[in-house]
This record gives sequence, C-alpha cells and structure tokens, in this order.
Amino acid sequence: MKPAHQTADPRGVLTGTHFMDGDHACCEGALAAGSRFAAGYPITPSTEVVERFASRVPTVGGTFIQMEDELAASITLQGAVWGGAKAFTVTSGPGFSLMMEHIGYAAMTETPCVFVDVQRGGPSTGLPTLPAQADMMQARWGSHGDYEIIALCPNSPQECFDLTIKAFNLAEEFRVPVMFMMDEVVGHMTEKVVIPPADQIEVVPRRHTHKSVDDYLPYATNGDQVPEMAHAGEGYKFHVTGLTHDERGYPNMTPQTQDKLVRRLQSKIRDAADRIALFEEDQLDDADVVVVSYGITSRVAQRAITLAREQGLNIGKLRLITAWPFPENKIAGLAAKGKTFVFPELNLGQMVREVERIAGRAKTFAVPHAGGGVHNPEDILKVILEAARCQTH
Amino acid sequence: MSDSLDHDLVQLESGPVENPVEQFLRSDRVPHIWCPGCGIGTTVNSFARALIESKIDLQSLALVSGIGCTGRVAGYVKLDSFHTTHGRAIPFATGLKLANPKLNVVVYSGDGDLSAIGGNHLIHAARRNLDLKVICVNNLTYAMTGGQTAPTTPDHSITSTNPYGVFEPSFNLPHLVEAAGAVYVARWTTFHVRQMARAIGEAFRKKGFSFIEIISPCPTLYQRRNKLGDGLDTMKFYKEKSKVRNGAPTSEVGLTLTGDIVVGKFVDRDRPDYQSMMRTQFHESLGERYIEQPEMVCS
Repeated sequence: MKPAHQTADPRGVLTGTHFMDGDHACCEGALAAGSRFAAGYPITPSTEVVERFASRVPTVGGTFIQMEDELAASITLQGAVWGGAKAFTVTSGPGFSLMMEHIGYAAMTETPCVFVDVQRGGPSTGLPTLPAQADMMQARWGSHGDYEIIALCPNSPQECFDLTIKAFNLAEEFRVPVMFMMDEVVGHMTEKVVIPPADQIEVVPRRHTHKSVDDYLPYATNGDQVPEMAHAGEGYKFHVTGLTHDERGYPNMTPQTQDKLVRRLQSKIRDAADRIALFEEDQLDDADVVVVSYGITSRVAQRAITLAREQGLNIGKLRLITAWPFPENKIAGLAAKGKTFVFPELNLGQMVREVERIAGRAKTFAVPHAGGGVHNPEDILKVILEAARCQTH
Repeated sequence: MSDSLDHDLVQLESGPVENPVEQFLRSDRVPHIWCPGCGIGTTVNSFARALIESKIDLQSLALVSGIGCTGRVAGYVKLDSFHTTHGRAIPFATGLKLANPKLNVVVYSGDGDLSAIGGNHLIHAARRNLDLKVICVNNLTYAMTGGQTAPTTPDHSITSTNPYGVFEPSFNLPHLVEAAGAVYVARWTTFHVRQMARAIGEAFRKKGFSFIEIISPCPTLYQRRNKLGDGLDTMKFYKEKSKVRNGAPTSEVGLTLTGDIVVGKFVDRDRPDYQSMMRTQFHESLGERYIEQPEMVCS
C-alpha cells in the first residue's frame, strides 16, 4: 500500500525566492521535508548544511547534535528515526567512509533516513575544498553484504532543495537509506532558489502501522515488500537488530531466513527501479551520440553538447538524477537503437561502468577526470567528436 | 526458612508459579545463547527486579545494546529494544532520547563494546551528561569472539590474543566515566544481586548519565584460561574478594587478576543534563523564537 501523501508543515518552509548556495538549499529541503533532527560531524565542504540546520531548527521545533565522529552521527540519526523523527546526516568523503557501517545497518533494519555526501577529491583526505564525483560506487556498494540504496544527484542549488525533499520521501516510501550525492561545486555555488508555499510541497509520511499491539509483526510485508514501522514508546515492544531476522524481528541465522530477507531488501528497490528513476533527456530520438552525465558535470557537458550541435552533429543528452538504482532500462533502450554513449564524470570511471555493463555492443566512451576542478568543455567535445566518427564508420 | 519452604510447597501444589521477572522477557526466544555459569542472565534478573521495584512505566522504557554476549540482552527483554552495531549503542540511544525525551533509555552492553570500540562515545555521552542509564556487564574479556584481551582485562591474565599474559594496562571504568562527567557510578558483581537491583533503581531516579559496572564471570573463556574455576567458584571468589566501599575514590578501584574487588556506589552527584542545558540555552538566546519540541512524531 502506497502511503497517503501530505503537504509540508509550513513552520519548516521558507517560502520565497532566495539567492542561496547548494548546501543551504539542501538544509531548507530537509526542513521542508519535515526533518527535525540531524546529527553531524564537521567536514569540508559539507558543514554549511548542518550549520544552517543548527541555526534554524530550534525555531521550528527540532534538534541538531554535533557528535564526536561520523560513526556516531550516522547511528544517532537512526536512533532518532526510531524515536519518531525524520532525520539525516551530512558529510564528505572521509566521513562517508566512516558511515558505511551504518548505511548497512539502516538497510538491514529498514530505517528510513538520508545521508548527504558533498563529494570532494579523494582518496583519503584528498582535496578537502575541491570537487569530485568519486564516491558514486561507494554510495552503492560501500557497506558489506548485499543491499540496495537509492542515490540522487542534484546539479544546482534549486535541485539541492527539491531533491532533498524527494530523498526524504523516497526514504519513507521504501524504508531505505537514501544517499544525496552532491559535489563541492553544487554545494558551494550560489543561485536562485525558489521555495514554494508549504501546501505545494508533497511530503510522504512514515509508514506507521495501524495494527494493534497484538497483531503487529515488525518485519511482515504487506504486498509491496515494505514493512510498517512502529516507534519506541508506543507499547509495541518490538525488537530491531542488524542480525538476520524473521518477520518478528527476531534473530534467525538460517540460510532460509537470510535468503528471504536479503532478497526482499534488494527486490523492494529493484522492482520499483523504473518508478524511482529520474532523469532529464533532450533530443535522444535523433541522436547518434548520447552524452550521459550527472551533478555538476552535466552543466559542463551541456556546453560541449551545444558546441557539437553547432557543428551539425546529432547529440542527445541524458542527465541522471537518480544514480541508484541505475536506470538500466533507459540505457538498454538507447543501446538497442545503436546509440553511442559518451560519459564524462569527475572520477576515473565509475558510473560509466554501468553503461558499459548494459550497453552490450553499443560503444561507450568515458571522459574521466581525477577531480579538483571540472572538465574543460573542449575535452568532452573532443570525445563527442571521436564518438560521432566511430558512429558513422 | 521453614515458612518460606511451606509457602513454596503450597505454591507447587496449586500449580506452576510464574516467575515475577518472566513478564519482562521474550519467553518465545528461550533458550538463550549464554553459557552455563555466565553472569549475564543474573544481571538481567536483577534488572527486571529493579523494574518491578522502581515501578517503571514499561511502555516508555527502551533498551539499546551493542554487539557481544551482553549485546544479546536486547533480544531477550520484552521492551522496545534495539540491537545496534558494535560500540554504537550509546550514540543510537542518544538519538532515541533526543527525539523522544519522554523515553527512559537504558544502554545495556559489555565492556569491550562500551569501552573499546565504543570508548569515544562513552566518554562523550558522560561529558554531555545525556540522560542515559548505562549497564556495563564487565566479564573482563571479549567472550562472543572467543576470549580475546579487552581494555578491561587485568594485567597478567591469559587470553587467546595474549597467550603469554596480558602486559598492557587496563581501564578502570568507574574512574574513566567519573572523570568524563557521569553523575552516578556504581560497581557490583553478579554475586550482589540485590545491590545490583538497588543500584539500577537508583540510576532510574537520577537525571543524567549513570553508569553501573557489573563484574561478571565468563567461565567458558576467561575463568577457564586463568584457572579461576567455574561459575560457582567465581561466586565464592566474588564473595570473598569483594569489599564494599561506598564513596571510594574511583582512582583506587582498579581491578587485578586475583585481588580485591572494590564494590559500592562511588559517585552520586547532580549537574544539569544535556537536554536541560539545551533548553536553557535556547530560551536564553532565542526567547520566544525557541520552539520546544517535547517529542517528534513525524507521521
């Protein structure tokens, strides 16, 4: 059963037209989505999100706590969720690495929550103040075991606002941790951000159970693979564990229980992948070459696409808004039509692997960049021209 | 003595008697995983008796555990109970308490979980004086994984990772948490079932970070490797070696392999808890702009 939709609590919504950076817009998105709890640990270039939250949240009825490290922050927020809050944390690469343990815990316990990662150059301490998009595979695979998450990639401060709301809504709908994969440029660029009136902002409420205490099974599903939640203090006396568990939430270390649970954690997302997938497309039908991109790189790629079109080439644009689950069917459909793919990203080849995996015989050209800046549009253009030559030969 | 025996016989004749602590347990999960002679079940019994004696509202009580033998307590109590990740029971409990301050939140975990991998969270929660009741079952070893050295393992003990004897100094946990800011600190052993229950009851009446260390045997690993006998021998050892010294300076209560075990209530003081300080600060700085949220229910 899809949960009933509500509109935002006006107390958290700063309706109006603002000149705001992506980090601040992300914070406003969280407040508009109904989040009243954040736990964080300072790390460049993400800290502005929680700084703004710390300033705003006491005036809208909520709590921010700065924890002693990211290990703590990433599970404090989950305690808050089971206490009844919508909650999130914010970090960048090194902190994201420390949070992997609790992304797994959220996936296993089906704790709806949002992890914001404002990506910077890595590995390790890397480039604290400069951009990268090199945490994309970590977002998908970083914690141990088989699980699924959802990841969104904004490319503007406006989308940092809009898609943060979307991230919270998806987290509640699927009871899954949602990765909000910003990058340093999107986080720090300042642009116009329009925040609509609260009654125009759709908010997905918690899947709270309507069952009686006697009838409630914490991990029983209801036809759509997503169980209903209860909160501590309501009398349900339920148990939550990161161990493999049955419908009662009790530990059960058998291959049968493992199979049933882990397959459901995967299929509840995979079966809904087409519905979750958001992308922006332009002139794909006539295109010989499709430029796939996401985040800040999509805005640089736009310049390269324009230059290539000026040379009379048929270039399509596919901008990924949902990175995970990867829009496999969309890519497969384009590949079947014989398109060639060009994929610039601020890493040495991460999401492009997904295209290569799905594209089959269709050619794929990566345009890697080690991070620390954005691509020169000319470098993307060169690869587009090369791809176009291959396409015609 | 004979009166109580008669009473028991009458009870037996009139049918099975329910153990008064059974209402707090998930009986459908019994048998539990703990070894014969293990002290963790004894601590759960005292915890349940403390709940009865303190008349705690069970609906508003939540229990959070980490990983390890004691971490399994969360799975056996009939409460809202959370079995979290290794070392992170305290930060999870922090979020739970902050989101719903009406909850009574108990952290119930082992020495390795709380003081090694979770050591950073332990000292910071004590510093903040979060209103959490921490029950630390200290069996002086990593039991679940096979008896490795813990930060609490006394000098010269034999463990699987120090087969020639432990040579690194151990933590004196009461001293550590007092220094970090706990308002209530006590230590008992699993021999002291009544004192333990009383201490847990006292902690429930305190506002702020309370820490109760319970020295508990691990006959399968620690006691056996160190030739300390079985569970019963350990009870005799605790009886003989425990010295009650309420108010003892915590700097003097460190543990050794076979020496005295100083037990008692070491710290009982008052200072404002985290949420009181937060509210005071926001009222001062924000005045009427501060919106105090008693609990967060997002549905």
